[in-house]
Amino acid sequence: MSWTPILIAAAGCYALKLAGLSVPERLLEGVRVRRVATLLPVALLAALIATQTFDGGVDARAAGLAAAALAVLARAPFLAVVAIAAATTALLRLLT
Amino acid sequence: MIVRDAIGIGVATGTYGVSFGAIAVAAGLSVPQACALSLLMFTGASQFAFVGLIGSGAPAAIATALLLGARNALYGLRLAPFLRPRPLAAHFVIDESAAMAVRDNAEDTRLGFWATGLAVFVCWNLATLLGALGGAALSDPRVFGLDAAAPAGFLALLAPRLREREPQAIAALAAVAALIALPLVPAGVPVLIAAGVAVAAALARGGKRGEGEARAPRAGGDAAGADRRGGEAPRAGGDAAGAGAAA
Repeated sequence: MSWTPILIAAAGCYALKLAGLSVPERLLEGVRVRRVATLLPVALLAALIATQTFDGGVDARAAGLAAAALAVLARAPFLAVVAIAAATTALLRLLT
Repeated sequence: MIVRDAIGIGVATGTYGVSFGAIAVAAGLSVPQACALSLLMFTGASQFAFVGLIGSGAPAAIATALLLGARNALYGLRLAPFLRPRPLAAHFVIDESAAMAVRDNAEDTRLGFWATGLAVFVCWNLATLLGALGGAALSDPRVFGLDAAAPAGFLALLAPRLREREPQAIAALAAVAALIALPLVPAGVPVLIAAGVAVAAALARGGKRGEGEARAPRAGGDAAGADRRGGEAPRAGGDAAGAGAAA
């Protein structure tokens, strides 16, 4: 396989990261802009959770996420939350 | 505390880094090419999409990787005031580091970002190498439920930021918007649409109400905050589940 697409895609992804960090600070100083910038990660992560769980339909991943939500409520540490979600999903697939 | 969480996140991403390495090699990349993607592109969703699509042509693979990478630019808007030097910091702007950087003060923001970015970088790259060498046996992330690990991890990262009503509403709205868009647009775009919808809603609401209002719930104190978190954290997941069932 050619290296060219790998390097182009990697350079593009880096450029996107740098572009976000390089927006002039005076454009980010307004109260509204700052509020939006603060809420963006919340919106992006929530959207990611939804799409990664339900892309391709509802399956065992949904149960994994529900188990993760319960673990979060029980204040389980990060790794435990992830492990519980993976184990629940794998177990459900094994049983069905 | 922050550093311990960061290392935990690194270890967790390592588990699906193994899948990535194996999938990349199964898709026809050499071991050095799989490792180069993790070292140079270093943004998981884009990498998975790239190796998934490269078989059907470079343009589609590159375009989808960039669409999925576009959200990193949006994280940058929030992180820009805190991170120097920018050309170095930029490489570590990913979902996990951005999530861990959502903190109340500048020092914790920087620590959350750098500790998580570096921990994930080390683990992700080691795991990619392992997976690439390990071969096809490791290439199906579904076997160990690892396809549920990433969203669960993001939920754990997001939950502490959902103590107040506004982020809860934004999160629920973004999840629903992304699920509605999911079957209609190319990969990577639903998340961007969701961010747009959420921001528009926040601005509309911000215009109607005063600036001080958003800060008010925080005065509730730790106990109230903890209760609220306990009671409402799953709401985003619950809404998402409902919308998913409907979609």
